[in-house]
Amino acid sequence: MFRLEVRTSTPAWFNLALPLLAIGATLVLCSGLIALAGAGVLEAYGVMFTASLGDSYAITETMVRAAPMIFTGLAVAVAFRAKFWNIGAEGQLLAGAVASCFVGAIPMPGPLAMVLMAMAGAAAGAAVALVPATLRVKFKVDDVVSSLLLNSVIYYALMALIEGPWKDSFSGYPISPPIEDSANFPVLLEGTRLHLGVVVALLTAPLIWFLIVRTTLGFRIRVTGENPEAARYGGINVERVLISTALLSGTLAGLAGVGEVGGVHFQVMSDISPGYGYSGIVVAMLARLNPLGVVPAAIFLAAVMTGAEAMSRATGVPAFLSDVIQGTALLAMLVALLFTAYRIRRVGAAR
Amino acid sequence: MSLPAPLIEMRGITKHFGAVKANEAVDLSVAPGEILGLLGENGAGKTTLMNVLFGAYAPDAGEILIQGQKVRITSSADALAAGIGMVHQHFHLAPRLTVLENLLIGIPGKTGRIDRAGGLARLAEIGRQHGLTLDPDLPVSALSVGEQQRLEIVKALFRGARLLILDEPTAVLAPSEVDGLFSALRSMAAQGLGIIFISHKLNEVRALTHRCTVLRHGRVAGRVDDPANTTSSEMATLMCGHEIVPPARGPSTPGADVLTLDGISTSKHSGTPLRDVSLAVRTGEILGIAGVSGNGQRALAEVISGTRVPDAGQMTIAGQKVSRFSPREVQALGLGRIPEDRMTTGLVTNLPLADSMVLPRIGTTAFSSKGLLKPDAIRAFAEAQIKAYDIRCPGPMTRAGALSGGNLQKALLARELAFDPKVLIVSQPTRGLDIGAARFIHEKFLAMRAKGCGIVVIGEDLEELLVLCDRIAVMYEGRIVGTLDSADATIARLGLMMTGAEGHS
Ligand SMILES: Nc1ncnc2c1ncn2[C@@H]1O[C@H](COP(=O)(O)OP(=O)(O)OP(=O)(O)O)[C@@H](O)[C@H]1O
Ligand SMILES: [Mg+2]
Repeated sequence: MFRLEVRTSTPAWFNLALPLLAIGATLVLCSGLIALAGAGVLEAYGVMFTASLGDSYAITETMVRAAPMIFTGLAVAVAFRAKFWNIGAEGQLLAGAVASCFVGAIPMPGPLAMVLMAMAGAAAGAAVALVPATLRVKFKVDDVVSSLLLNSVIYYALMALIEGPWKDSFSGYPISPPIEDSANFPVLLEGTRLHLGVVVALLTAPLIWFLIVRTTLGFRIRVTGENPEAARYGGINVERVLISTALLSGTLAGLAGVGEVGGVHFQVMSDISPGYGYSGIVVAMLARLNPLGVVPAAIFLAAVMTGAEAMSRATGVPAFLSDVIQGTALLAMLVALLFTAYRIRRVGAAR
Repeated sequence: MSLPAPLIEMRGITKHFGAVKANEAVDLSVAPGEILGLLGENGAGKTTLMNVLFGAYAPDAGEILIQGQKVRITSSADALAAGIGMVHQHFHLAPRLTVLENLLIGIPGKTGRIDRAGGLARLAEIGRQHGLTLDPDLPVSALSVGEQQRLEIVKALFRGARLLILDEPTAVLAPSEVDGLFSALRSMAAQGLGIIFISHKLNEVRALTHRCTVLRHGRVAGRVDDPANTTSSEMATLMCGHEIVPPARGPSTPGADVLTLDGISTSKHSGTPLRDVSLAVRTGEILGIAGVSGNGQRALAEVISGTRVPDAGQMTIAGQKVSRFSPREVQALGLGRIPEDRMTTGLVTNLPLADSMVLPRIGTTAFSSKGLLKPDAIRAFAEAQIKAYDIRCPGPMTRAGALSGGNLQKALLARELAFDPKVLIVSQPTRGLDIGAARFIHEKFLAMRAKGCGIVVIGEDLEELLVLCDRIAVMYEGRIVGTLDSADATIARLGLMMTGAEGHS
């Protein structure tokens, strides 16, 4: 018989082993579905791998997809560190996209436009995140619910915008007008879509790591998240920390939207985000809320997404498998996290 | 000689946690009707041994016998079925459910439905037999700590426990509640129940138990067959391996007022508010605040510590008026603070010890500048304190929650004393600590007093206050009813004042 026992310390190698374990378990579990769809498991995973990481072009495509999830993953990681349960990265991303699209459509010199787009998108994301944080701090409203519901509010506001004032009067499509060509983020590798925003995302991760680990704000975020009562006793203004965290988190999620508008779509449409905000939760959990871990975790999910489409074309397994893998990975990681707090012990063998 | 056959016998129990030998070949037995004291320093392995008996841990070696029969206990359900009940240091109750519902959880009636009438009858019967009365329809969240403990005991009896384990039950009780607990335990023992009683308060052990087993570093260090006629210092010697002499408090040489409260009142918070509290602490003296818990001590500690703003009144620290009542302000004025609850208010158990040690002063130039942490300074500070106070832990990056109570208290003391406070406010400084650790804390307070620090000690343990304090103020219903010089104070006199009778200042 096996039992769970509380452990007092968690070995450091768990940080790496647990996500790998979770990913391994996910791939094994999902292979059942692939088989059920009538395809060869190894073949399907093989196609997924080549299509997402097999050559340099595939890698750039995967990185382009990873960029928004790095941002949303960081947004969620920062928020969850403070136990500000921001499930609203999706809405904050959309708000960032709309705001940056609005700014990007104004004619002005390219570099200035890009900077202003980023600032506008960041501000919009932060403003949206401020709502659940304020509701929690002032009225003790549950932040999970409020941030989640706000996603729909933002989504339908966006729809109203592109179905209404922004609607393309010529084609009749619900698509915003494109941003100025000069505001398009520069492409870094000719013949690919690898844009400046991807590099910014990669550089942001260590920056956020530094903020969490090496600054007083990061210290306050960590302490507030782990024990608000001790934080308050120690002179930390817990409410202010939650608000700062929300602003930071919303900024990061907003930047995800900026990158999609400036670097990928150059306009706003209803499906500008295939749920990157929600994927950010999976990314952050796989990364164990470590900003540096967010990068590989986001790349993994991006590879699954890019690979799933190719696999679908090649083997006939529906591309929805990508969503199943994401969901399973989150569940597997949550189960794996149990091992940081508990150890399995065999009982009864001693006799 | 006809000793009754043991109710429970543990033989050769060994339990290691990695390199820590929490229990090593421990033998222990309890006879029906016997109250066994289980003694030992912090970390000696008492709780671990009881967790083995209760099925929470599987022992690495050893066996358990119930009435001579070998049994295997691999879960608390097994333990309950074998007639073993345990009242943990932290209670296991469902706060939203009522007393009766908590009792009936997991006990279906004959038809699989909950037998409310039968439950009420049993509850009333247990209440009558042992004086353990509880209102069946109150939600647990409305019970005091003492009542919750009573419910835990009743719960064990309800499930037919023949052996009851109590892990430091008196640490959470006011002295007046302790008497009620003891009479209930005696009454249960008189009916043939075996009881294992864990406590660091040796006078309680001497008053209550019939026999004691003493653990040291996980092994049985000795047994005491006649606790009532054994002195506390003999027991302490057995526990620690050497003698513990109480610290000598020399005459005080108080100077000017270093902390004053003038007409402080509070309102609008849970717990007893303060009503017009005035007091003064001088440099180089220790002022005790005695009182039955729940008479405003918490509000007093919060106001002085800067976590509660009073509605009326003035406070000064080292001659400076306190205006904002924030932790940062009172700290900057020279106040050191040690909270009542180490685990929830004092430390961040999931983060490295070093983080907890610098937490209250993280924004000062000692540990950060311009918003950037100074990791080397933080580490060096924690390492220096760990060394200076002999805090037993693998290092500053150890998770704070992994430390024992005594070491946590040392860490909290170190983080304040390192900044040479002019005044120190502490609540329940030695709750849950063994005598060696308590002795260490007392010595530090006396050393600070000799250096001219003024100290306020809020406590329920009158003996401790009498040993430590130069003056003792008594609180009752949010007021200070009187202050005695400790030369004039006796337990009886303080006890009387604690019921609200006016004292003479
Ligand atoms: N789950 C655990 N994992 C690792 N070590 C543990 C665990 N539980 C206890 N220990 C260690 O085992 C030793 C005995 O601990 P235990 O809690 O039994 O002591 P105790 O006698 O109850 O002390 P106290 O008087 O402070 O309650 C300590 O060194 C403790 O750190
Ligand atoms: Mg213990």
